[in-house]
Amino acid sequence: MFAAENGLKGDPRLQGISEAIRVVPHFPKPGIMFQDITTLLLDHKAFKDTVDIFVDRYRDMDISVVAGVEARGFMFGPAIALAIGAKFVPLRKPRKLPGKVISEAYELEYGTDCLEMHVGAVERGERAIVIDDLVATGGTLSAAIRLLERSEAEVVECACVIGLREVKGQCRLNGKPLYILVEPRQIENCC
Amino acid sequence: MATGDEQQDPRIAGISSAIRVIPNFPKPGIMFQDITTMLLDTKAFKDTIDLFVERYRDKNISVVAGVEARGFIFGPPIALAIGAKFVPMRKPNKLPGEVISEEYSLEYGTDKMEMHVGAVEAGERALVIDDLIATGGTLCAAVKLLERVGVNVVECACVIELLGLKGRERLGDRPLFVLVNAT
Repeated sequence: MFAAENGLKGDPRLQGISEAIRVVPHFPKPGIMFQDITTLLLDHKAFKDTVDIFVDRYRDMDISVVAGVEARGFMFGPAIALAIGAKFVPLRKPRKLPGKVISEAYELEYGTDCLEMHVGAVERGERAIVIDDLVATGGTLSAAIRLLERSEAEVVECACVIGLREVKGQCRLNGKPLYILVEPRQIENCC
Repeated sequence: MATGDEQQDPRIAGISSAIRVIPNFPKPGIMFQDITTMLLDTKAFKDTIDLFVERYRDKNISVVAGVEARGFIFGPPIALAIGAKFVPMRKPNKLPGEVISEEYSLEYGTDKMEMHVGAVEAGERALVIDDLIATGGTLCAAVKLLERVGVNVVECACVIELLGLKGRERLGDRPLFVLVNAT
């Protein structure tokens, strides 16, 4: 669900966050309007507001795990984890995590990729949220949910700064609630 | 550490013991310093960030540059706490839009690091953050990218310094601050 429809309607912070996101046309390939959050990270107020909105939502939900998807999930997850007193668990591309891992494959447009999590990072019964900068098809997030569920954690919600068209109208992913701050920016009303 | 002659902050011991060593990763003979276990220890992780924030909050730092990918875990919380922007320094072809690149040597071959054009301005004061310094190649590349556009790199900061690999030397006279030494 979008934040504006779920308690934050008219919140001026959402507009600032949206406007801080840059659209880069035809990246990584022709036809894709890439939603670039690096400009959000340069805007201290907008970045802080982004983290604060997630922290306010999750601080009283007994969340003990914030799982962030490599690499842009790493930019948002830790600050949220620190503020709510949860551990941060990185979900990584293959062969980056040392030691014992579990892996979950997911589909790309062409081919498959894999997401890994450390064995023992989460314990049975822990309440977790998954963070990434953006949700498009939901493939990566679905793999993240499966990794946490395989470790018997409870995925309470998936949280993303941006949610693409495909997920609009869907409140759930794999049966899990999805919480999104803003829609993608269009090139016409950008900069 | 940069302040080796002071008494060690009591938080350091907890941070150090939260780091896990994985032998023979990514290849035989390497003792990998794994910070992910420290991220699971809420006190140790918070103490790590607090130690950096306390050091840098009144130093007029407007840029925290973090090296992909583990620098992305430590850099943003520090940036948020000290009122600075966060600038990701990335592997090639990850950043969209216009970038500048710096090549650096690996044990075998070279790699490249990229930063967005326009992310930083000449005269800004910056920190460079990564989880660990070994040979210093990656940190040096990050520093050079910032210096090329006229940024003043005030200090490089890492959780861990791997001693014996001359990382500090490679940085020359640029200051380096670390929390934990490892061999």
